[in-house]
Amino acid sequence: MIEVKDLHKSYGKSGKKNALNGISFTVEDGEIFGVIGPDGAGKSTLFRILASLILPDSGSAIMNRYDIVKDYRKIRQIIGYMPGKFSLYQDLSVEENLKFFATLFGTTIEENYHLIKDIYQQIEPFKNRRAGALSGGMKQKLALSCALIHKPEILILDEPTTGVDPVSRKEFWDMLARLKEQGITILLSTAYMDEAGRCDRIALIREGKFIASDTPKGIIDKFTESLWAVEGSRMSAILHELRNHEGIKRSFAFGDKIHITVDDDLQIDELKQYLLDKEFSDVKIASIEPTVEDCFMALTSK
Amino acid sequence: MSKKVIEVSDLTKKFGSFTAVDHISFNVEEGEIFGFLGANGAGKTTAMQMLCGISMPTAGEGTVAGYDIIRENELIKRNIGYMSQKFSLYEDLKVWENIRLFGGIYGLSGKEIALKTDILLKKLDFEKERNTLVKYLPLGWKQKLAFSVAIFHEPEIVFLDEPTGGVDPAMRRQFWEMIYDASDRGITVFVTTHYMDEAEYCNRVSIMVDGRIEALDSPSELRRQFKAETMDEVFRKLARKAERGLK
Repeated sequence: MIEVKDLHKSYGKSGKKNALNGISFTVEDGEIFGVIGPDGAGKSTLFRILASLILPDSGSAIMNRYDIVKDYRKIRQIIGYMPGKFSLYQDLSVEENLKFFATLFGTTIEENYHLIKDIYQQIEPFKNRRAGALSGGMKQKLALSCALIHKPEILILDEPTTGVDPVSRKEFWDMLARLKEQGITILLSTAYMDEAGRCDRIALIREGKFIASDTPKGIIDKFTESLWAVEGSRMSAILHELRNHEGIKRSFAFGDKIHITVDDDLQIDELKQYLLDKEFSDVKIASIEPTVEDCFMALTSK
Repeated sequence: MSKKVIEVSDLTKKFGSFTAVDHISFNVEEGEIFGFLGANGAGKTTAMQMLCGISMPTAGEGTVAGYDIIRENELIKRNIGYMSQKFSLYEDLKVWENIRLFGGIYGLSGKEIALKTDILLKKLDFEKERNTLVKYLPLGWKQKLAFSVAIFHEPEIVFLDEPTGGVDPAMRRQFWEMIYDASDRGITVFVTTHYMDEAEYCNRVSIMVDGRIEALDSPSELRRQFKAETMDEVFRKLARKAERGLK
């Protein structure tokens, strides 16, 4: 279990930049907990503190009964940490990197092979290749293997899927689901909103604070405004027009559609007519259920 | 028929016995937003390097911005804009210094640069950050600045290599509005992304699998063709065919 209480951290001269502004949360054993938010919101700072790499200014955190400050040696044994930047040895081969991390933690590849088997098998054919010469998806798999080789109780993954293509991302998440089944607690961050749905619980972070924390469904249920999807052939022009309409609170492109949050008294037919008057003749409008991304956009535009 | 800013046929790149890019042919028209998609390791970066004049093709031919990619690759470099996710700006230079440097590299006069810098900072609402070191800017801001710098010299075409990786949803949308602006001004945009919602914002999209372009059309046409609800589904259906273990 992870128990974080009121963490604060600031950087720079006389604490000019507040990275964390009082963060508290708990993660249960075997849970996948996702921290979602913009770059610079404090995700990496939070993870570095929990990995015992930097000290908080105030507040405390317990990771499976160990204190992140007092018991930092113990913390390093029970966690696996994968930083946002690829941090393995570029000049060592795939196998050498893995062997290095195993040795560092007093274990061997053979001893914990069962933990990494699913992941490592996919890169094993390239075990003699230099880590620096791997493609993005393969680097992620090697980094995850190295973070797992000492059989950690808690995995901390800082944006593990940034720059990874949709197919490899799905594979990566399938692996995380299998690690969860083995009882490993997983704390991760992501900028991909579609990944939020695969977490047990998520927290939306902004300017060093959690602005919401719940199950994905709980977050979505709290979205009480009316949300519509608009589609038509001249999307960019429609978006521009919608922004001039007083009854529309927010509007933004969402793949092949535009999502708009509207005042309760506005009717779909009314808006259709409005757009028709502006010579948008092929517009379709439908009321829709929000996604986590809609919730994020709503929470961050306030 | 509008002007073609990219025209390549049978472009191929081999590294030893490995064919990274395998006879790709396509055109991109002036002012178009062209999405260049593919799995990690499909050959996108290699293809893009050939288009930018950085890497010589093993076979094939073509022109970018009117210049031959084999004989005039130096001229291509001077006449395009390029922005990558990683090395776009100098972190230890201030905002204005980065603009000054890139403006100079692309041959603008000091006067021109000074004038355009003021306009740019105002437009980005960045005037307060003029003297800020780039490393202190949040990623989303950096990317907006990097894009502005990449088109500072008004190139015919700008290449964007995963410009929005790791950027939050609100910032990503602001970034795309900048792309639309550039395209409205006639700048052709060639962009790679792993966000499939962004693929929908492109006029046309190509999808590379194992070094070949396996699909190329407008997003709506591709969805129809592959009987898919979303571009994500189109991508998955195609990428499943991939045989390269290089994921």
